[in-house]
Amino acid sequence: MLEGIFVDGLVFSLMVIGILISYRILDFADLTCDGSVATGAAVATMAIVNGLPIPLALVLSFLAGVLAGMVTAAIHNKLKIPGLLAGILTMTMLYSINLRILGNKANVPLLRVETLYSKLPKIFTYFSPEWASLVGTLLVVLFVKVLIDIFFRTDLGVSMGAMGGNEQMVISQGINPEVLKLMGIGISNGLIALSGGMLAQYQGFADANLGQGMIIQGLAAIMLGEFLFSTNRISLLTLRAILGAIMYKALMFFGRKYGYMIHITPNDFKLLTGILVIASLFIAQTRSVASSKGAKKKAMARSLARHEAALKEEN
Amino acid sequence: MLDITNMTKVFYPGTVNEKMALDDVSLHVNKEDVVCVVGSNGSGKSTLFNLISGTYPLTSGKIIFDGTDVTHSPEYRRAMTIGRIFQDPTKGTAANMSIEDNMITAASKGMKGLRISLNNEKREMFRHLLEPIGLQNRLKDNVGLLSGGQRQALTLLMTVMSKPKMVLLDEHTAALDPRNAQIVMDLTERYIKEFRLTALMVTHNMQFAIDFGNRLIMMDEGTIILDIRDEEKSRLTVNELVRLFKNLRNKEFTSDEGLLTKD
Repeated sequence: MLEGIFVDGLVFSLMVIGILISYRILDFADLTCDGSVATGAAVATMAIVNGLPIPLALVLSFLAGVLAGMVTAAIHNKLKIPGLLAGILTMTMLYSINLRILGNKANVPLLRVETLYSKLPKIFTYFSPEWASLVGTLLVVLFVKVLIDIFFRTDLGVSMGAMGGNEQMVISQGINPEVLKLMGIGISNGLIALSGGMLAQYQGFADANLGQGMIIQGLAAIMLGEFLFSTNRISLLTLRAILGAIMYKALMFFGRKYGYMIHITPNDFKLLTGILVIASLFIAQTRSVASSKGAKKKAMARSLARHEAALKEEN
Repeated sequence: MLDITNMTKVFYPGTVNEKMALDDVSLHVNKEDVVCVVGSNGSGKSTLFNLISGTYPLTSGKIIFDGTDVTHSPEYRRAMTIGRIFQDPTKGTAANMSIEDNMITAASKGMKGLRISLNNEKREMFRHLLEPIGLQNRLKDNVGLLSGGQRQALTLLMTVMSKPKMVLLDEHTAALDPRNAQIVMDLTERYIKEFRLTALMVTHNMQFAIDFGNRLIMMDEGTIILDIRDEEKSRLTVNELVRLFKNLRNKEFTSDEGLLTKD
């Protein structure tokens, strides 16, 4: 049962890494996520239902996400509108596209077909089915994490990070920021869709409404992770995103399990997630205010001491 | 090296706010010229720089740089050969990344590939380059932790590292305290000599503009009103410059900073 939280969290963590790339690394508020996660689920589901092998289904859902992300980036680049609006546009359009992919149905079940999560127990026969799912998911997530870590240490990856910090600097180095955004938002949504593809197989169906509110859940996970430790190293940033994702899913799990005691139902989760994000932002802000206040106090004490020392010398 | 012909820039054309920022400016800069640009606020210095580096398009005119017409090429493409340093020290570096990551981005111009070129050999080279600005032991520190002066010195180093054919210095020491401004200026002078750079520099310090470089241009109301070079420039004084301005424009030179810093 507890394995379930981890599998859920790990599947979710791929999406959180995607959001980490757009929000934190590229500094691009991308809302495509709500659409692309459902696209990923729809593509993987239809691929599997139509008899394609599971790895290919996952690759296809990744590519569908990349495409969705690139559409957002292209709208932002060419029409010079804010990324936020570009993302909302793509997200809205994706809703119709997702219904099309699902054959004009809002929900397609993965019944009587082999999925990743029916296959994993057969591969890792040494473990119990729950543990097999966990080990398999962990391997996929680690594989993606390591690839992303390596990517952001290449020259291309570093220049993407630089763009997130200062777009002018990237231009000054002769790099077209539009191309970086196209690639970066593409990769981000590719991961989000991959997460959707895994999620569909884990829960056993794809749903056109799957993505609703996903972005906020992802942000909540990132912020939860950020309370753990501070870092600017990419390998630790992705690790933190994974841990944050698991923490978030654990919170939701216990909310579902024990929430009834304080009259919380799953209907309240979106509200609670929003409050969690606001609380995280508030805590982060008070922390930075506190530390700058501390620094100010220290600085004043220092200058006072210097002043007194100077007075003594004069006497 | 740089050939500007009949360049005009009109902001907000066709509206009540229409403003002619540059009026039919022509300028020829030779290779290894070091040109100081002076002029009061709103005289068009920054617009000139923005048009040369391609921040926005010209209304009319033509820019030829190093034999190619760059009038319509985008900013990032011009940046391959034209380095620019802004007044704001935060513009040239990415604060969220370490010094070494910033430097590796600047080490080669243009789109990057999937190679990891940051290795110990490169770090050693960076350390060596950073010695004159005293940052050789802070490769892994985030640039956001540096002071304005340190950041501007790093920006200068990163600009020079990528071997531009020309550098545009847009009052790049104006936001720094006098001591740091001096350090960055000394470095600028050193790099310009060492790499035999062609440079255009905006400054408010008249005396400095007279002492530095081989050429001085003065701008007013969107045109170049004075262009003094070599022999003639070496005889120039601040009072002479102010007098020339008054004769030409029949008004007083109104840059307080320019006059206050005349000694």
